[in-house]
Amino acid sequence: MTTLEVLTFLVYLVSGVTFILALKFLSSPKTARTGNLLGAGGMALVIAWTLFTTTGMLEHWWIVLVAGGVGAVIGVLGARRVPMTAMPQMVAIFNGAGGGAAAVVALSEFLSSVKDLPTNAPLLPVVPMIATLLGAVIGALSLTGSMVAFGKLQGLIPSRPVSLPGQNVLAAVVLGALVVLGVLLAVVTNSIALFLVFVALALVAGVLIVMPIGGADMPVVISLLNSYTGMAVAATGYVLGNYALLIAGTLVGASGAILTQLMCRAMNRSIFNVLFGAFGTGGGVIAAGAEGEQTIREITADDAAVLMAYGKKVIVVPGYGMAVAQAQGPVRELMDLLLAKGVDVEFAIHPVAGRMPGHMNVLLAEANVPYDRLKEMDEINDDFANADVALVIGANDVTNPAARTDTTSPIYGMPVLNVDKAKNVVVLKRSMAAGFAGIPNPLYSEPATAMLFGDAKKTVEALVAGVKAA
Amino acid sequence: MTQALDPRALLDALFILVLAGFVGYEVVSKVPTMLHTPLMSGANAVHGVIVVGAMLVAASADEPLRIVLALIGVLLGTINVVGGFVVTDRMLEMFRKRPDPKGEDRS
Repeated sequence: MTTLEVLTFLVYLVSGVTFILALKFLSSPKTARTGNLLGAGGMALVIAWTLFTTTGMLEHWWIVLVAGGVGAVIGVLGARRVPMTAMPQMVAIFNGAGGGAAAVVALSEFLSSVKDLPTNAPLLPVVPMIATLLGAVIGALSLTGSMVAFGKLQGLIPSRPVSLPGQNVLAAVVLGALVVLGVLLAVVTNSIALFLVFVALALVAGVLIVMPIGGADMPVVISLLNSYTGMAVAATGYVLGNYALLIAGTLVGASGAILTQLMCRAMNRSIFNVLFGAFGTGGGVIAAGAEGEQTIREITADDAAVLMAYGKKVIVVPGYGMAVAQAQGPVRELMDLLLAKGVDVEFAIHPVAGRMPGHMNVLLAEANVPYDRLKEMDEINDDFANADVALVIGANDVTNPAARTDTTSPIYGMPVLNVDKAKNVVVLKRSMAAGFAGIPNPLYSEPATAMLFGDAKKTVEALVAGVKAA
Repeated sequence: MTQALDPRALLDALFILVLAGFVGYEVVSKVPTMLHTPLMSGANAVHGVIVVGAMLVAASADEPLRIVLALIGVLLGTINVVGGFVVTDRMLEMFRKRPDPKGEDRS
């Protein structure tokens, strides 16, 4: 080993440690940002080291400069311009880009290895070949899967589960073909044409797998695809003999897997159910029948404001509706006013409120709500009984009491916020349409519940004015 | 691919795979729900290290097709790594502790 090679391995080690610290420091909001900067520093180190020490880079530096320059501009612009509400889509895009890069690297390694294959050796070594195939198939699948997830969250593709006739048969055929081709490529022939077909099929598989999944489950899908990209990166890292890729890829593969598991547990569903359950066929359409027959009570903003201003404790339950209406600013204002009047205000955050776990925390933090006022479900669920008002802002399924009692409900068994235990429930909602999962919510016809229809931002602003006057 | 041929390299890779997997599992288990969105995006940025793989491909690109692949790989990898870290930083910046107007004692 030359000194340069030794130093290269040490650089990989240092960057690997910074990646672990980046994730570890996320265990507290106080250290999280430092950790992320540390990870970025380790990343910059390994990228710079590779640029300046790799043999052959001198002739091809323009590739890195051109593609890297364009990529950096796109990355920075995307990351800076995206509104906080669209964060899940943005992560999906970045993840898809990583998956695509992994697939391209695997393909290129395959092409160069086949070309260098000595004529007396019939096949590439099996184990590295399997890793190459895995990198290509998982990366390609992650690329198109993430694009579909982006399209669904952005509303470019219908967010309801899209099932084509014969879809399951088609998916089974494609997955079966992938396995057969993979085995052929590993042990029978190193045909370039076959490898290209293999990658193309993986691209199709990504679409087929994500298309039938409803928009409400996209966060889980993105987390899973994130884990997949990690695994693809680890596989290509092994092929390239590059420990930085191997460590980082495995780290993300494992962390994405556990995050996916945590999210599924929060919804009390298995990952199998998320992927193949075609959950939420209603998708935002008014669930007629049950919902239509509900008798509901409406309330004016002023009355709701008085209810809160003269209460002792108000629990705010934010949901995606708050994010869409960008109501987090006025919500903070409302909190400040109520606190000034001596009313205790806390926020109940359901693990899957919004479109991503922790989505509400990010939005409320953006609006300067101190994070110690944000309570997780288990922490606050018993406090609803002491709350004078539960103010539900654009949240629906996570407040549905049917999840506790109605065994026929599609979300039966999902842990929900005990909003219905509060003395008064004020629900801010755009209309009586069903939630993202398309399930009617009996909370709305409870006697203690009053509905306040309209755009969440305008309604909260009216509440702010009402509390000021009260 | 040739460097991965050595059985020793395979064993080394296996060790890293298993141990890094455990580290990832343990570290992420301790992240609170409220930081799960930045976690997803931060982990996403970490696998942007694939850009290093794409750079290695670029350095050894010896035919037009592999040059095109290297261009695509570096482009996508850079989007992943730069976008990932910047967007995570933007989110985490919002989690700074701020003074709680009134009622600090009652929270």
